[in-house]
Amino acid sequence: MKLEEEIVRRQRERARILALLLGAFVVLIFFITIAKTGMNW
Amino acid sequence: MPAIELTNPAALPADWRDLLALTKPRVMSLVVFSGLCGLLVAPASLPFVLGFTAILCIALGAGACGALNQWYEADIDAKMRRTAKRPLPAGRMDRQSALHFGVGLAFFSVILMGLATNWFAAALLAVSILFYVIVYTVWLKPRTAQNIVIGGAAGAFPPVIGWVAATGHLSALPLLLFAIIFLWTPPHFWALSLFVRSDYAAAGIPMLPVVAGAQNTRRQIFFYSLPMAAAAIAPWLLGLTGSIYGISAAVLSFVFVVLAGRVFASRATEPAQMAPEKKLFAYSVFYLFALFAVLVADRWLGA
Repeated sequence: MKLEEEIVRRQRERARILALLLGAFVVLIFFITIAKTGMNW
Repeated sequence: MPAIELTNPAALPADWRDLLALTKPRVMSLVVFSGLCGLLVAPASLPFVLGFTAILCIALGAGACGALNQWYEADIDAKMRRTAKRPLPAGRMDRQSALHFGVGLAFFSVILMGLATNWFAAALLAVSILFYVIVYTVWLKPRTAQNIVIGGAAGAFPPVIGWVAATGHLSALPLLLFAIIFLWTPPHFWALSLFVRSDYAAAGIPMLPVVAGAQNTRRQIFFYSLPMAAAAIAPWLLGLTGSIYGISAAVLSFVFVVLAGRVFASRATEPAQMAPEKKLFAYSVFYLFALFAVLVADRWLGA
């Protein structure tokens, strides 16, 4: 495999995973805030 | 742009699978389980999301330890058959990426723990990471055959952190859970190091079988299993748990001591003949899982 193709493939894969993890982190922070402020719903 | 052939994988951005492998996911499972048990037996209940976050932080802290350990020991790992295929010794990623990943995970886990639960739990998590990386990996492991005895404390922190995340304070039971894992670690690792002794010798790691010989190691395995069994039964004897835990701990510990006794009696010199050592190693993993599982069962069923 050519070097440039491999670099782009890895960057895309990592960017996709990072986006998913960031999304999950935002959701987690939202629910932590709800729990810490005592809003039970 | 002309095509360039792929010759040095370490010069590429690290593959996410290799980043995951840096965290030693198999080791993490026991850490997460013991942390979860510490949280579940604590006499306080956290909202689900905060409990989940506490366990996530313990897992990420353990992952940071794994990454920093592999960053520091890349040269040693390359000399051992068991570890030569890890991302750094295999040349699939560069060391600096592993260092950044480990330090980033460590800071993230400690700060998130502090924000989600309490700063006492976060401080304990930070101490456990620093203890594992600095005291065990950097200082003790390459210098003394007692590395695993003192270094075992790092692996004993998770149930204490889980407990403190739920309650905000320490008491006798989490300290006993700490003692159980602390005393369990030497027989567990020495059983392994007996049948991978040549690996440690090749890498220049002064594990007990390399420095003191197999028979001395077998004796120490047996003698460590006795206080470990006492620590395992102590929560019941002190009235901190019920009989579900007490009877189970007594039976599980009895089997552990019997298997350690068989290791003590073994005179095998070749790894292929070391069936008692392999059996003890496998049982020691089951033992810790089972002991903590019955502890939780006792707390929830016996209450």
